[in-house]
Amino acid sequence: MALLENERILGLLLMLPGVLLLVVFMGYPFFLGLWLSVTDSTIGHAGRFIAFGNFVALLGDSIFRQTARNTFIYAMVTVPFKLVLGLGLALVLNGAIPFRNAVRAGVLMPFIVPTALSSLGWLMIFDPIFSPISWLLRHWGVLTRNINFLGSPVLAIVSVMIANIWRGTPFFGVTILAGLQAVPHELHDAAAIDGAGAWQRFRNVTLPIITGVMLISTLFSIIMTFADFQLIYILTKGGPANETHIFGTYAYQIGLSATEIGQGAAIALYMFPILAVLAILLLRYLRRDAA
Amino acid sequence: MVGSRALGRQVFGVYLPLAAFLVFLLAPFYWMAIVSLKPPADLFNLRFNPLWARHFTLNNYLYLFRDTAFATWAKNTLIISTAATVLSLGCSILTGYALARLRFPGSGVMGMSIFLAYLVPPTLLFLPLAEVVGRLHLYNTYWALIFTYPTFLIPFGSWLLMGYFRTIPREIEECAQIDGSSRLGTMFRIVLPLSLPGLLSAAIFSFTLSWNEFLYALIFMSSGPLKTIPVGTVSDLIRADVLFWGPLMASAVLGSVPIAVVYTFFVEHYVSGLTAGAVKG
Repeated sequence: MALLENERILGLLLMLPGVLLLVVFMGYPFFLGLWLSVTDSTIGHAGRFIAFGNFVALLGDSIFRQTARNTFIYAMVTVPFKLVLGLGLALVLNGAIPFRNAVRAGVLMPFIVPTALSSLGWLMIFDPIFSPISWLLRHWGVLTRNINFLGSPVLAIVSVMIANIWRGTPFFGVTILAGLQAVPHELHDAAAIDGAGAWQRFRNVTLPIITGVMLISTLFSIIMTFADFQLIYILTKGGPANETHIFGTYAYQIGLSATEIGQGAAIALYMFPILAVLAILLLRYLRRDAA
Repeated sequence: MVGSRALGRQVFGVYLPLAAFLVFLLAPFYWMAIVSLKPPADLFNLRFNPLWARHFTLNNYLYLFRDTAFATWAKNTLIISTAATVLSLGCSILTGYALARLRFPGSGVMGMSIFLAYLVPPTLLFLPLAEVVGRLHLYNTYWALIFTYPTFLIPFGSWLLMGYFRTIPREIEECAQIDGSSRLGTMFRIVLPLSLPGLLSAAIFSFTLSWNEFLYALIFMSSGPLKTIPVGTVSDLIRADVLFWGPLMASAVLGSVPIAVVYTFFVEHYVSGLTAGAVKG
C-alpha cells in the first residue's frame, strides 16, 4: 500500500486505464491510418506499399477536388452564420424575456437531440413532394411548382447548409450566453451614466469580454463542421451525382462502400493538416487565457 | 409616449427576434411530430394543409413496436450508452484526478495529448478504427461501441473533471491525510462527493453523446441485430416507396424524446458541461 502513497506511481497507475483505451482505439488507429494511406489495401486484403500513390491519384480525381471545394464552402459559409445567429440568440436570451428558462432549454434542442434523427425531419422538409416549404410558397402564390431541394447541386448544398446552421446555432448561442453572463452589470451601468448608447456599450463593454468565448466556439465549430458526416450522409449521401460530398462522406464511400480502404484513409488524412492547425490555434489561445 | 417607445423597442428588439429564433429552431420538431401523428390518407392528400392534422392517430407508433425492431434498437442504445458512460466516467475520474492533483513523470505530455484527443473528430479515424475493430472480432457486438465511444468521452470527461477537481481546496484533502486517510481513500471519500455536480455533468453529457452517435454505430452494427435507434431508423425504415414517412418521423421523435427528457431535467448540468470547454472556470 505504501506504493499507492507515492505520487509518481499512483499518478501513472490512475492514468493507465484511460490512456490504455485511448492508445488502443485512437493512437494505434491513427498510425494504422497513416500506413493504410500509403498502401493499396482493400477491406480484408493488406495491400502493397505504394508511397504517396493514393494522395497523388486523388489530386487527379475530379470528385475529390469537388469534395475538397465543398468541404471548405460548407465550413466557411455555415460557421459565420452560426456565429452571428448564435450571438443574436445569446443577446436575446440574456435580456428580459418571458419564460426564460423554458425558452433557453427549448432553443438548445436542435443541438442535443440525435442529429441523425433530426436530419430525417429535414429530409422530409426538403422532400420534392411533401416539403412544407414548397407547400407554403405555393399556398401564398409565390411558386407554382414544388422545389426539388436536394435534386440540384447548388440547391442541395444550400439546403444541407441550412440544416447545419440550424443544428449549430444553439451551440454558439449557449456558449456565448455563458460568456455574456460573466459581464458585470456595474460596467454597463457606469458606461450608461457616462452617456454611452446601447451600441457603444455593446461594442466597448460587452464585446471585449466575450471575444474569447466567441473565438473558442468558432475554432471548435470549424473543426466539427469540417469533419461532419451525418447530415450529408442522411440528406444527400453526397449526391446528386457526387456534388455534395465532403471529406467524411467521400472517405466513407471510397473506403467502405467501394472497399478501397487505403484510398479512403488518404481522403480522411487530407483533413489532418487543417485540423492540426485549428487544434494548435485553440490550444495556444486556451494557454494564453489560462496564464 | 416614453412608455410606447420603450414598448416598441421591446417588441422589435426582443420579442420579434425571439419569435423568429423560436420558429426557426423549433419548427422542424413540430413538423416531425405532426407528421408522426397523421394517418396515411391525410398525409398523402396534397390538398390538405400539411402543417395540421385532420385526424390524429398513434398507428405510426404502434407500427414501430409491432412491425419493426424499434424496441430492440432502444434496448441496444440504452445498454451501449449506459456501459460506455460508466466505463468512460470511471476512467475520467482517475485521469482527471491524477492530472489535477498529482505530480508524476509525463503528466504534462499526457494532459496535452488528452486535450488534443478531445479535438479529433471521428471522421478522421473511422477507417483504420474499423480495421482494428475487425481484427479484434468485435463487429456486431456491444463491445465494438462500448470500447470505441470512450475515445471521445474520456478526453471530454477528463478535461471537465480535472477543472472541477482543481476548484476543491487542497487543504480539505490534506486534513484528511493528516488524520490517516490514504491518498485513494481521500479521493473517494472527500473529493468525489464534493464533485457530484461535475460528475453529473460528465455523466449526462457522455450519455447523450453515446445515444446520439451515428458513424461508428453505422459501421460496426449495421449488419446485425444490435443496431442503435439512429442506425436502425436510417437503415431499416427508409424505403423506396412513399408510405414510410409516418413511421420514420415517429421513430425520429421517439428516439429523441429520452434525450430531450434527460436534458430538460438536468439542463444546468448539461450547459455547464457544454461550456466547460469554451468558457473558463
